[in-house]
Amino acid sequence: MSDSAATNKTTYREAIREGLREALCSDSRVFLMGEDVGHYGGCFAVSRGLLEEFGAERVRDTPLAESAFVGAGIGAALGGMRPIVEIMTVNFSLLALDQIMNTAATLLHMSGGQFNVPIVIRMATGGGKQLAAQHSHSLEGWYAHIPGLTILTPATMEDARHMLGAALREPDPVLIFENQTLYPLEGDSPEPASNFDITRAAVRRPGRDATLVTYGAGLHKSLAAAETLAAEGVDVEVLDLRVLRPLDDATIIESIGKTHRALVVDDGWRSGGISAEIAARIMEQAFFELDAPVARLCGAEVPMPYSKHLELAALPQPETIAETVRKLVNKHG
Amino acid sequence: MSGNFPTCDRDRALRLLEQMIRIRRFEEKCVELYGAQKIRGFMHLYIGEEAVATGVMEQLCPEDAVSATYREHGQALARGVDPGKLMAEMYGKQQGCARGRGGSMHIFDASTRFYGGNGIVAGGLPVAVGLALADRMQNRRNVTACFFGEGAVAEGEFHESMNLAALWRLPVLFVCENNLYAMGTALRISESATDIARKAEAYDVASAAVDGMDVLAVAEAARRAVDVVREGRPYLLECRTYRFRAHSMFDAELYRPKEEVAQWKKRDPITLFVAQMQDAGVLRDEDVRELERRVEREVAEAVSFAEAGNWEPVEDLTRFVYSEKSRL
Repeated sequence: MSDSAATNKTTYREAIREGLREALCSDSRVFLMGEDVGHYGGCFAVSRGLLEEFGAERVRDTPLAESAFVGAGIGAALGGMRPIVEIMTVNFSLLALDQIMNTAATLLHMSGGQFNVPIVIRMATGGGKQLAAQHSHSLEGWYAHIPGLTILTPATMEDARHMLGAALREPDPVLIFENQTLYPLEGDSPEPASNFDITRAAVRRPGRDATLVTYGAGLHKSLAAAETLAAEGVDVEVLDLRVLRPLDDATIIESIGKTHRALVVDDGWRSGGISAEIAARIMEQAFFELDAPVARLCGAEVPMPYSKHLELAALPQPETIAETVRKLVNKHG
Repeated sequence: MSGNFPTCDRDRALRLLEQMIRIRRFEEKCVELYGAQKIRGFMHLYIGEEAVATGVMEQLCPEDAVSATYREHGQALARGVDPGKLMAEMYGKQQGCARGRGGSMHIFDASTRFYGGNGIVAGGLPVAVGLALADRMQNRRNVTACFFGEGAVAEGEFHESMNLAALWRLPVLFVCENNLYAMGTALRISESATDIARKAEAYDVASAAVDGMDVLAVAEAARRAVDVVREGRPYLLECRTYRFRAHSMFDAELYRPKEEVAQWKKRDPITLFVAQMQDAGVLRDEDVRELERRVEREVAEAVSFAEAGNWEPVEDLTRFVYSEKSRL
């Protein structure tokens, strides 16, 4: 889990830290607050060193009071600051759901356009670390149900590094979901970026036989599956949604226009999930482009079990993704 | 406590009385308009509690911020929200202070730093803490006054917010309007310790309880509290009051005896203050009549303004879900 020391290499964790550092350096209104972000260095070591660098006024350890410190972030945003609120994991965000949904997401509309809430809320999400049922949720798709929020799911070094800065330039609430299995991921250091886009999905691997629509940890599992399939002569396009709200329909539909087949890969639960939304949009906008019904591979509809073999079975894996694609490409509409 | 009030000159007495009468008559008109189906949805009346908002708001500066409850018509009027815009909001008209998107429970007004109008009990407390944090981090000596009912004291957010405000030494004036009933649940059957002001001790927050039916007592207690807050410490002011009307427009009031309501009405904050001021020779009958006439005109103008307003075009439905201004 040690971070890369090579100058041209970095980790997802370091990339997020660099994003935080840049945000704190470039705007005096920005501050970070959350549980264990200061003295502990962040539950996932993301904010390590920032307290020493920026001081306790701007890197604030909070009490274990999610509703109060998220609400305080909303108030601080209303009062002219640019808070970055870290909720340790998505599971604890449920304790702040009232503030996120009933206040942050509604205030602008409810006040007739008078009060916008420029808050950024970061949290770790996802299963895969044997943390069992209360620490493994994938609720980003569920948050994407809420009008007024922007939902970001960085899965690459570039997005880990630059999405935060772009989110801070938004006048309205942005939630950033960092998949906890990605923190140790290594990659090339991202180039500096200006006007970094947080509205579009991205094709991470072009292909012509089927489109894998995914995000977060699903991106890496889908890319691995695509490699396996390539060896079998199946050429898969992998589309990273990046933004779950608002969804970038155009990029999804464009890809379907090319491949005519789609599999949505989502760690979240199937029923009422973001995968259902994506499948519905493809059906609404590209029905006659499809050569087969849209397929879905989602998290099993169970509270996450602790045992390794059961947890692996509960989440999409490269093998199950590849197997589902094989069936998909053999179907003819 | 009444009879032992601080001195009050004629101008101030007129101001305080006018504010309380404004709230009372405005809301009586709202009841009428609700019956006429001009106002719909939930509507919670402040009648009986006028001394609280009137006494507290008198101590605030224009730069200060206010976070309110869903029973906030009185808080809004006392803060200086325009009665016409307030009434238009209740009508759901575009000229309302929130373009008709909020209604009775969601009054917002940027010009008076009135941050709502919150339908979630205790939902405004963390936000008030954050407003105060922003003031402190930007070296502004503003106060954030945070109104909530005693029902909110049972919510975790009350305790979380008191702790955070005390821990970070934030200038929040917590104003608890203790009207004894959380909707229909009496304080005695919902709190193990019913002395709300004392709860502040657990967080090392200064506090006081005051007779919320006595506007001068409220004003004096709020003045002392604001002095503490402006120096950068939170304060909990419990105002012991009573609502004379039902919880909302859908309440059969099965949970409290009529005799209790009648008992409290004997301590009506308006008649109490008028009697005090007349006894002291500060106000005359004619003063009160003149104020009543002025307020009646004002309320009528507010209704006319609301009536004359128009409905926001349906095409605007999805505006303000996200900001229209350029990115910050």
